[in-house]
Amino acid sequence: MPESNDSEQAQAPAQSAVARAVKDPVSRRKFMALTGGSAAAAAFLAACGSDSDTTTMTSAKPAGGDETAQFGKGDIGILNYALTLEYLETAFYADVVKSGLFKGADLATIKKFGEEEAEHVSALTAAVKQLGGKPAPQPKTEFPLESAKSVLELAGTVENLGAAAYLGQAGNIKSPEVLASALAIHSVEGRHAAALNTLLGMSITPDGAFAKPATAKEVLKSVEPFIVS
Amino acid sequence: MSHGELANPELVGVEVVEDSGDLSRSDVILKGALAAGAVYGTFMVGPYVRKALAMSGGSDVDILNFALTLEYLESSFYDEAKTRAKASGELKGLIGLLAKDEQEHVEALTATIKSLGGKPVAEPKFNFDYSDTAGFLKLAQTFEDTGVSAYNGAGPMIKSKEVLAAAGSIVQVEARHAAAIRLQNKEEPSPDAFDSPLDEAQVLKAVEPFIA
Repeated sequence: MPESNDSEQAQAPAQSAVARAVKDPVSRRKFMALTGGSAAAAAFLAACGSDSDTTTMTSAKPAGGDETAQFGKGDIGILNYALTLEYLETAFYADVVKSGLFKGADLATIKKFGEEEAEHVSALTAAVKQLGGKPAPQPKTEFPLESAKSVLELAGTVENLGAAAYLGQAGNIKSPEVLASALAIHSVEGRHAAALNTLLGMSITPDGAFAKPATAKEVLKSVEPFIVS
Repeated sequence: MSHGELANPELVGVEVVEDSGDLSRSDVILKGALAAGAVYGTFMVGPYVRKALAMSGGSDVDILNFALTLEYLESSFYDEAKTRAKASGELKGLIGLLAKDEQEHVEALTATIKSLGGKPVAEPKFNFDYSDTAGFLKLAQTFEDTGVSAYNGAGPMIKSKEVLAAAGSIVQVEARHAAAIRLQNKEEPSPDAFDSPLDEAQVLKAVEPFIA
């Protein structure tokens, strides 16, 4: 990227914004971190290049929107994809509660999170029906529940993945109503993830200041081992 | 496209160059608004949706400047708290992390506003009223929860997919902060199954007492 001057900035604000980011040591670090793999945060830089031309953004935009098509068309597919994940989370917490591995405050937290996932299932089911779609069926699931520690780790993995899954779909959602609902759930998944990371002694923000999205393809591959049928 | 009504005096003087609305989202929002009465009442999560869409429909630059004001507030709050909150141990580390994240949000939003041809809002002067660690934590919880709801309220009004992705990336981090601060306060990290959105006026009302 060439050094920018004022006239270049006037003509090409897109390029100069990136040039400034690369020149500035703080922004540069961030730029490097972003190019290291954070698609959503990289969208910030992509947005820097954005005017009316969106073609320059395609590489930064999370891909894989089509993966949700197996669950239905457009927003219905995205909602059913989310519903499948919420079913999985709900079943997971129910199994954990039954396992007897947790007591006291930790058990209360797990129950609470499980109840919230169940509310997400209800809301998403209603939303799919509202749009005239058929809600995805509840998958049969099986989770390895060996020790309290391994279960907490799995919970952390699942919640961080869930938050990334919603983030990965935000830009694909067409209806503002569906988007508002997805956002209201997305941040709750983020809260769950951070709480579990705290219990695990891990960073509450493993991706840094900008959370990373995950594509439906990545997410479905990660949860595949837990889906029996 | 109509400009939003900017209740925050800090934002009034902002000279905004409209981003040339490229994406279908703006059309969708318009159609959605027209169909509003028909749809929202029956949606399961209706209350969240209604509030989210009550946000005045400004440009993406307006929304980003609104977010920038909140990030300035949080950034200033945590930076000051490094010494003023009298924290130690785990909390001290957490404050350092939050200060760093919020500063990065400020930088990213500023850069994005400029690149969209807008003028970033000036940093307001803040005045935080607390005298001890408990007072700090209480305010921190208010700011983080408000931040989450502010982004969730603004999200559906964002026209550009890229700006939406960026805002989503930030709001998840705010939610993570909120959960961590709530745990410090011995409160539920996620009190509700849905993070209800706040509209612009509600957010401004919440933060106004801290703008000097």
